[in-house]
Amino acid sequence: MEAVADRFIPADDLSIGGREAGCVLYLDRQLAGSYGQSSRLYMQGPFKPALPTQGYQGQETPAERYRKGLAALNRWTAENKSGKSFAELQPDEQDAVLKDMEADKIKLPDGVAPKAFFGLMLTTVMEGFFADPIYGGNKDMASWKMLGFPGARYDYRDHVSKHNQPYPLPPVSIAGSPAWLVK
Amino acid sequence: MTRIMPRKDVVIVGLGWTGSILAHELTEEGLDVLAIERGPWRDTATDFNIGYMQDELRYAVRRDLFLQPVEEAMTMRNNTSQTALPMRDYGSFLPGNGVGGAGVHWNGHTWRFWDSDFRIASHLAERYGPDKTRELQLQDWGVTGAELEGSYDRFEYLAGISGKAGNIKGQIQPGGNPFEDPRSRDYPLPPLPMTYAPTLFADVTRSMGLHPFPTPAANLSKDYINPLGIAMGQCTMCGFCERFGCANYSKSSAQTTILPVLMRKKNFELRTQSEVLHVDLDASRKNARGVTYVDTSGEEYFQPADMVLLCAYGLHNVRLMLISGIGVPYDPGTGEGTVGRNYCYQTNSGAQVFFDDKNFNPFIAAGALGQTVDDYNGDAFDHGGVDFVGGAGINCIPTNGRPIQTRPTAPGSPRWGSEWKKATVQAYKSTLGFSSQGSSYPIRGNYLDLDPTYKDRFGRPLLRVTFDFPDNDVRMSAWITGKMEEIAKSFGGRQYTASPRKKGWDSVPYQSTHNTGGAIMGADRKTSAINKYLQSWDVPNVFVIGASAFAHNAGKNPTGTVGALAFHAADAIRQQYLRNPGQPLVTA
Amino acid sequence: MRTVKLFFAVLLGTTAAGSVFAGSGTPDDASKIIRGRYQAVLGDCAGCHTKQGGAPFAGGAPLETPFGALVPPNITPDPETGIGTWSEADFFSAMKRGIGHGGKRLYPAMPYPAYTKMHDADISDLWSYIRTIEPVHNAVKANQLPFPFNIRLSMLGWNTINFTEGEFKPDSQKSAEWNRGAYLVQGPGHCVTCHSPKSVLGADETDGALTGASLQGWYAPDISGNSYTGIGGWSDDEVVGYLKTGANNHSIASGPMAEVIENSTSAMKDEDLKAIATYLKSIKSEPAKPAPVKSDDAHFQAGALIYHDTCSACHGGEGQGGRQLFPALAGSPIVQQADAETLIHVVLNGSQAARTATAPTTPAMPSLAWRLNDQQVADVLTYIRNSWGNAAPPVASSKVADQRKP
Ligand SMILES: Cc1cc2nc3c(=O)[nH]c(=O)nc-3n(C[C@H](O)[C@H](O)[C@H](O)COP(=O)(O)OP(=O)(O)OC[C@H]3O[C@@H](n4cnc5c(N)ncnc54)[C@H](O)[C@@H]3O)c2cc1C
Ligand code: SF4
Repeated sequence: MEAVADRFIPADDLSIGGREAGCVLYLDRQLAGSYGQSSRLYMQGPFKPALPTQGYQGQETPAERYRKGLAALNRWTAENKSGKSFAELQPDEQDAVLKDMEADKIKLPDGVAPKAFFGLMLTTVMEGFFADPIYGGNKDMASWKMLGFPGARYDYRDHVSKHNQPYPLPPVSIAGSPAWLVK
Repeated sequence: MTRIMPRKDVVIVGLGWTGSILAHELTEEGLDVLAIERGPWRDTATDFNIGYMQDELRYAVRRDLFLQPVEEAMTMRNNTSQTALPMRDYGSFLPGNGVGGAGVHWNGHTWRFWDSDFRIASHLAERYGPDKTRELQLQDWGVTGAELEGSYDRFEYLAGISGKAGNIKGQIQPGGNPFEDPRSRDYPLPPLPMTYAPTLFADVTRSMGLHPFPTPAANLSKDYINPLGIAMGQCTMCGFCERFGCANYSKSSAQTTILPVLMRKKNFELRTQSEVLHVDLDASRKNARGVTYVDTSGEEYFQPADMVLLCAYGLHNVRLMLISGIGVPYDPGTGEGTVGRNYCYQTNSGAQVFFDDKNFNPFIAAGALGQTVDDYNGDAFDHGGVDFVGGAGINCIPTNGRPIQTRPTAPGSPRWGSEWKKATVQAYKSTLGFSSQGSSYPIRGNYLDLDPTYKDRFGRPLLRVTFDFPDNDVRMSAWITGKMEEIAKSFGGRQYTASPRKKGWDSVPYQSTHNTGGAIMGADRKTSAINKYLQSWDVPNVFVIGASAFAHNAGKNPTGTVGALAFHAADAIRQQYLRNPGQPLVTA
Repeated sequence: MRTVKLFFAVLLGTTAAGSVFAGSGTPDDASKIIRGRYQAVLGDCAGCHTKQGGAPFAGGAPLETPFGALVPPNITPDPETGIGTWSEADFFSAMKRGIGHGGKRLYPAMPYPAYTKMHDADISDLWSYIRTIEPVHNAVKANQLPFPFNIRLSMLGWNTINFTEGEFKPDSQKSAEWNRGAYLVQGPGHCVTCHSPKSVLGADETDGALTGASLQGWYAPDISGNSYTGIGGWSDDEVVGYLKTGANNHSIASGPMAEVIENSTSAMKDEDLKAIATYLKSIKSEPAKPAPVKSDDAHFQAGALIYHDTCSACHGGEGQGGRQLFPALAGSPIVQQADAETLIHVVLNGSQAARTATAPTTPAMPSLAWRLNDQQVADVLTYIRNSWGNAAPPVASSKVADQRKP
């Protein structure tokens, strides 16, 4: 999964990569919690095929989808990319596989729907990258610095009328800011 | 075993906006009032903590304060030929939960509907003849704008709305909305200071001959002490508004405007984390005996009461009526029956303008801080030459720059990889979005009933929503979105996009929690579930308060009107009903 | 739970000398009872003797003292568990000399060193009222002090050193209003009990009276007439408004004072509040204002950032606060007390404003103990104590650490 995170969010001069930012730590924690178990969703049957307007109707939880999906992805690369796992592929090969998944162009084993699983991975990795660092991703508020998002602040009265002028202060996390410590 | 509780004068189901208003009004009358609320107690310092309220993942993505589908879900389909399936997660709309209801985490756009809305069927027929609206099931509401003016005023002063009047007693006010109905006085507070994007929007639309004005906001521009003596603070434009509780007392909600006084009253009692299962009727089916509810231990209680007020949010009100057998369920085949009738939504569309050289600081924002143009709303313009009725408010109200969910990119950008990053960084601060909030008019096939298959955790049928955008509304949205393209072009940005609403209501992407109708008010008991005072025609000691009463939805957010109807119903109960309890206020 | 720092040594119970007073038998006419009821408001009897949710005057919540807990007894006329068997003379003796029925000496958690100043007529009125209270059977084990404080030992000795019996003597040089204020503050209102510095033995010092004292986690601030740490900068109306509603443009009551306002001062007559204002503002004290901590101090700078990121949304970028909701910090006396105890308490534990009929909002400050470590709490307080014209000694992180301990 670290390899996927680094393809979605490659390290470059704008920011560190998804792997270093902790997106996978974020994901592990989420999958272990109520999100991963779908415990706040309506999970009573019958489960039936859905119209596009009816949303996800599967019975599998995100944790199960991840377990199955990653295994299927690695089986697919092993079968189609000379025995290698996804992580062992070159970055451009990885990109190509991901693009095919995104466009539903490959067929994954075990009934995994490539596009839907791709969507799930993209959503969760991005969540981790842009969420508050307390959740494990977005190390050192990397994504917020990249965007210029000032984070967990609560008072912009002094800047609201300064139209078209950059906001001067660095981001703050719920857990605070390095600037709050006396060096 | 159901435990029987001591009798109360009034039991209120749900303590959100409407429940709190009614509880306050009726306890003032000296009645012994009990509110039963499904969710938890919530208060500012304890639950909307200034140190961690800015948690986008927890509150906006996982929606910590909302009703969770495991507690109650709904099923949906676009038309009767389809099989409804449960929305396993809420998406298109997000019902509230807990004390304060959806009022805790709303945005705070606070509108008045117009007299031409309340008299919509007669008004349009008078102006365009009966053929214009034949495909629609439009009905008058049984009240007039003038009758509700005082109630709107009370809600706006209770909530400390920031805005600029456009019409005071017939005098048009510069800088306000010239299309609004006359109001008796200005808003209690002046408009919020404008951020950059709406300022530009106002300049551009004004130069096109339109009439922009500051959106009336329940985010307070100044310190305020409301008529109950409760103090509120100045909005800091924190950008964590919609989906969040306000940590510094500046967004109007039950918590910030009513509860500090209500909770101290000796004749008021609140039971939280208790879900009302149904209203109990006596053998005549014309009189409610009380309600049955269940607490978190699973224990069931019967609460006897002389009056039952359904204040559970429009959709839940309708479901409770259907489950309890109050009124006749609506039949889309024949168009007969009343409960579930005229379910409407909101017909929105969006536009974005991409600039190279602008910095909008999107994170400096409040739920309702922006500018609106009403030139194309409702019947503010002549529909003689167009093939639809209705319209939309066009709003530039950037509510946040929270990066998990608010990351615009120019059309054609990839969704990941280094190119995506560049496009994201480029567009984050320099994109201006605006949207239309369109009217939603009733048709025979859009309605609410009980699902035949899916059940909640107590084994009761889920509510089934059968809805698609009517052809009239789709044509309206296309036309409005054309107007928006003209505006978008005039901004002179590098690029723009505009997307009208299409058929096929999708339950996944968020659109708005403005679900209306299903237990509509009216003058004729054959086509409405409640009378003009929001009293059930069939069970007169039940009042049903919320947007369920709307006979259609206008191109405006509902809560200003919901609040006004709450005061309107409270007045009727205090001044008329209590003189002759249990009797209908209107005979028809 | 109320916390009161106690100031007593203890003394073996000796039998009380026979009562000097023999005023029982006065007819309890209605107006006397009504006056007595107002005396109970002035004296805030319910503040200690009524437990939250409990029957009025039937016994309070434990008072935490540095020596252990004392539970304010049941003072309803119940013969077994209350004071039903007391005579009016017993009551006088308790109020004026700290000696109760049967000669038992009272701990001065009962503020008889202040009540001794009350006019006999007022005490007599109060007695009439107390006898009309619904008797409640509720046995209170008042003395929960650990050994050796549980022995009513050497109370006599303490009293000889620290306690002067005697009714309030008006100062004929001063106005009637001033004298009324002085009487209320020193006598029934017993403001001195919390707001005056204490001697080693815990008695109220007469020098520097009302210039502030620590109360176990809260600091009862200076309420004398200087305009730096005291209330000299407040107009009379603002003092009255504060006592009436719990909030004015400068401050919002929290902690024990919020309870005093709810139970007592909010129900006082406006003219009495005005008299209190006149008297308090006339008390001279001249605390030296230190030079503020310099803005290039590293702790001040860290504090400035913490303030901007955590506090300014409510208290304002310039410490200006918000009407009835958020106390102003700029120019605030409580912020500039020599001792930052209350400030630390509020940041660590949060606090809620008083509930009064005219200010029903009861806004609250959340606890920030989870977000700020000891040094950060100290730094942000050093910042607010030395910004916008404020000046006060910096706060040490060790002091925060001490108060953070359970
Ligand atoms: C994200 C969001 C943004 C919004 N923004 C705006 C806006 O900008 N402008 C606007 O006008 N409107 C807006 N709204 C809509 C607005 O919040 C609602 O119109 C308003 O809160 C409705 O008030 P109500 O009293 O009818 O329902 P609510 O305030 O939702 O209260 C209903 C209460 O009933 C309780 N309840 C439900 N069922 C039961 C039961 N069986 N037993 C016991 N209790 C029950 C619920 O838990 C809830 O607390 C928004 C809504 C959302 C979700
Ligand atoms: S934007 Fe204003 S009203 Fe909304 S939550 Fe923030 S401070 Fe409160």
